[in-house]
Amino acid sequence: MEQPIIQIEHLGKEFQTTEGTVRALNDINLEICQGEIFGIIGLSGAGKSTLVRCVNYLEVPTEGDVIFEGRPLRNMSPAELRKARQSMGMIFQQFNLLAQRNVLRNVCFPLELVGTPKAEAKARAMELLKTVGLEDRAGAYPAQLSGGQKQRVAIARALATNPKVILCDEATSALDPNTTKSILGLLKEINQTMGVTIIVITHEMAVIEAICDRVAIIDQSRIAEFGKVSEIFSEPKSKIGRQLILGDAARQVKFGGSRQIRIIFDGRESGEPVISNLVLACKVPVNIMYAQTRDVGGTAMGQMIIQLPEDETEANRALRYLETVKIPYEEVSEHDI
Amino acid sequence: MTFDISTLKMLGTGIWETFYMVLLSSLFAYIIGLPLGIILVTTDSDGIHPVPWLQKILGTVINLLRSVPFLILLFIVLPLSKMVIGTRIGSPAMVIPLTIAAGPYVARVVESSLREIDAGVIEAAKSMGASDWQIIWKVLLPECRPSLLVGGALAVTTILSYSAMAGFVGGGGVGAIAINYGYYRYEAGLMWVSVVLLVVMVQIIQEVGMRFSRKGDKRIR
Repeated sequence: MEQPIIQIEHLGKEFQTTEGTVRALNDINLEICQGEIFGIIGLSGAGKSTLVRCVNYLEVPTEGDVIFEGRPLRNMSPAELRKARQSMGMIFQQFNLLAQRNVLRNVCFPLELVGTPKAEAKARAMELLKTVGLEDRAGAYPAQLSGGQKQRVAIARALATNPKVILCDEATSALDPNTTKSILGLLKEINQTMGVTIIVITHEMAVIEAICDRVAIIDQSRIAEFGKVSEIFSEPKSKIGRQLILGDAARQVKFGGSRQIRIIFDGRESGEPVISNLVLACKVPVNIMYAQTRDVGGTAMGQMIIQLPEDETEANRALRYLETVKIPYEEVSEHDI
Repeated sequence: MTFDISTLKMLGTGIWETFYMVLLSSLFAYIIGLPLGIILVTTDSDGIHPVPWLQKILGTVINLLRSVPFLILLFIVLPLSKMVIGTRIGSPAMVIPLTIAAGPYVARVVESSLREIDAGVIEAAKSMGASDWQIIWKVLLPECRPSLLVGGALAVTTILSYSAMAGFVGGGGVGAIAINYGYYRYEAGLMWVSVVLLVVMVQIIQEVGMRFSRKGDKRIR
């Protein structure tokens, strides 16, 4: 990977509330590389929103440092910090557009803040609206736009000052699946064509899978694990990682003393992955105790003994499935094996 | 009751005096109240520039001023009018007590308007590197414009009703006619005419305020 654009070192954040001190972040260490799309995933309340707000100092961390292009944000004067923020665009779950400004003037807003001449700002804004596919809605007001269109305006607005980084805080969480897809596609395109580094905060695994190069899993204020998306996905090491990636399948199912059945393969079903289909269709795990198959004249003959989950309804679901797909089975007891 | 030319003239003068008092006091009340309202919101502990002690002191002073009944405030403040304007009677003298009474009220009205804004929008402006001043001028005030206008109509009608009380201390205006003729001389006819005039004025102010607010509000499709 290329050199880091953002380094997060021993970052911690505590909030003082009426019920005492709440630790939102604990010893976070991350390096975000130039030009990558970095995902941060966690369940709600894990601290991911606080983390992304610490990156541009909307929340000031109580410990540790955020280093942007080699400079710690902590040492910056308010004016320098504002300047740094102009190099870090941000988009939000609720879009946060200015309701009394039309689309064009919303995109011009960050340029207005830095004193860009009006005509120049307008030209730049139109160019960005073209990038996000909304040049025909320049005169519309946010109330007249759909959620996806609002997020496109927000993306154009975040890009106006030519930022090096874009922070996305649950940017697609308020959108339907199709719109989510198109917004993620747009972010990916921006990353590739403009080389903008993107940090994505989400609770949806699908978002990480769709666009991220690397991912950090955050749980209970700490980084549980991080690495390449492909590696984390194929082999999550942390408990929370398995929970997020494998979902329900990761839960512990009891098999002790439960029912066992013998499935007989008589050649009719040889072309079909019977067990996989059973597991996928019924969403129940099975335990393969014994299997023997032989190739007899091109068809698979044999038997397999599987153990069903202890849970009665789950076991019955599996049996019903076997009946509907017409696979012969018989129930066996321990000493039959 | 006779409506001769002198009665009409008197009513005309009354309307002008009321107009004069309300306009000037509203103007001064906003010159004082608008910044105070902004300070109340921005210096709050969750505001863009928290200064909790200042916010607390300011809030207390405003509450104190607002809890003094206007008629009492009139008597307390009129000596100040004498010092500043040189007289304690007539409409110009009333502008000072009216401003002192309405300023804190305006501050609260402005405060409640500004609090309506979504915290996320301010956060977005901050994330783009906006300074506190830029947030006030480019986000808070423009985004709250419709609500500020409704609040404006509210404030001006309140000042109008205050100004009617000024009649008790020689302040002139339509309210003074109602008090002098209706209350002191039992001329119910002229009193009702004055009351109707006040009602019409309130209606006009309210309607104009609402109309401007709605017309300028881009949140409506």
